Amino acid sequence: MSTRAHILLAVVIIGSIVFIISLVRRDRLRAKYSMLWISIGMVLGVIAAVPGVLDRVSAWAGVAYPPTMFFLLAIAFLFLVVLHFSWELSRLESRDRVLAEEVALLRERLARIDLDHPERV
Amino acid sequence: MPDRRDRPARSAALVIIPAYNEQEALPGVVRELRERRPDLDVVVIDDGSRDRTAAVARASGVVVLELPFNLGIGGALRLGFKYAVANGYERAVQFDADGQHDPGEIERLFAALDAGASMVVGSRFASENSDYEVGLTRRRAMGMLRLGVRLLSGYQFTDTSSGFRAFGKDVLEFFANTYPLDYMDSVEALILACRAGFAVVEVPVRMRERSAGVPSQRRLRLAYHYLRLLVVMASSASLRARVQRAT
Repeated sequence: MSTRAHILLAVVIIGSIVFIISLVRRDRLRAKYSMLWISIGMVLGVIAAVPGVLDRVSAWAGVAYPPTMFFLLAIAFLFLVVLHFSWELSRLESRDRVLAEEVALLRERLARIDLDHPERV
Repeated sequence: MPDRRDRPARSAALVIIPAYNEQEALPGVVRELRERRPDLDVVVIDDGSRDRTAAVARASGVVVLELPFNLGIGGALRLGFKYAVANGYERAVQFDADGQHDPGEIERLFAALDAGASMVVGSRFASENSDYEVGLTRRRAMGMLRLGVRLLSGYQFTDTSSGFRAFGKDVLEFFANTYPLDYMDSVEALILACRAGFAVVEVPVRMRERSAGVPSQRRLRLAYHYLRLLVVMASSASLRARVQRAT
């Protein structure tokens, strides 16, 4: 990759990391979700900033054209993030089901208490 | 769920009716149930219906649990089991809101519980003189499910998707937290109960054609759910994990 490409990538990645951190600081993003993003940014950032790294990594992995190695890594990381989201979503879904169940039970109980104590309604 | 049992169960057995948009059929079903089995308590789980299901159920004088949004039949049933456990019921029957099940047949399910079973499945096909008709596609699909269940549970059932079932207290407690939530919950539940080591038996029952509502499943949807079920069945390790966590 040309020096210009390296600089561009580095700027984009540093910008992303700053943005993520600012989201956490403003309480818009929970720290635990930021960790994955920041670590991805750091890895990609190192690759972008240090010229020889990408070439060496792709030579080691047997990838002939170094920039594709960069994309491969990026896609692999994105895959991880999406998988993490699916996992979180499953967890949230099972929690909101339990909440719905509790709401239904409490509603019925409340209706019963109201019937027993009409003066309090 | 609060542990307080503030209302002792009037009856030892509970009928759980999951209902989703069943305002047409439900009143008749509840009326018949109460006439023929006045000894049983009834709870209707309104699964986030958009019609007046909860109102008509309440008007017919049974306990109604209203879910704030639709969870699917598995979620509704799980809530029913929770309610049964919280209120100290000894046994419960799962009963359809669409008039498919005959209250007169409940006794057959209970008889099997009395004989020592923990869970009883009412089967449309187990008897010789069964007159319940199903289409070819559906019959093939049911055949596949039967095979899958036999391979995974080690038991032969003739009607794996029947929603006419009875549960003993131990199974109620087990299912209050583990009952499968996705479509085809009945098949998954069958495997789960067998794997957990409960004595599951099947008894022949008469069933009617459904009185309202359409037998929904479009083919594509059905195909999707078979595929999903295959994944569920194949991940027997996860089933085992759920069983262990729950027991």
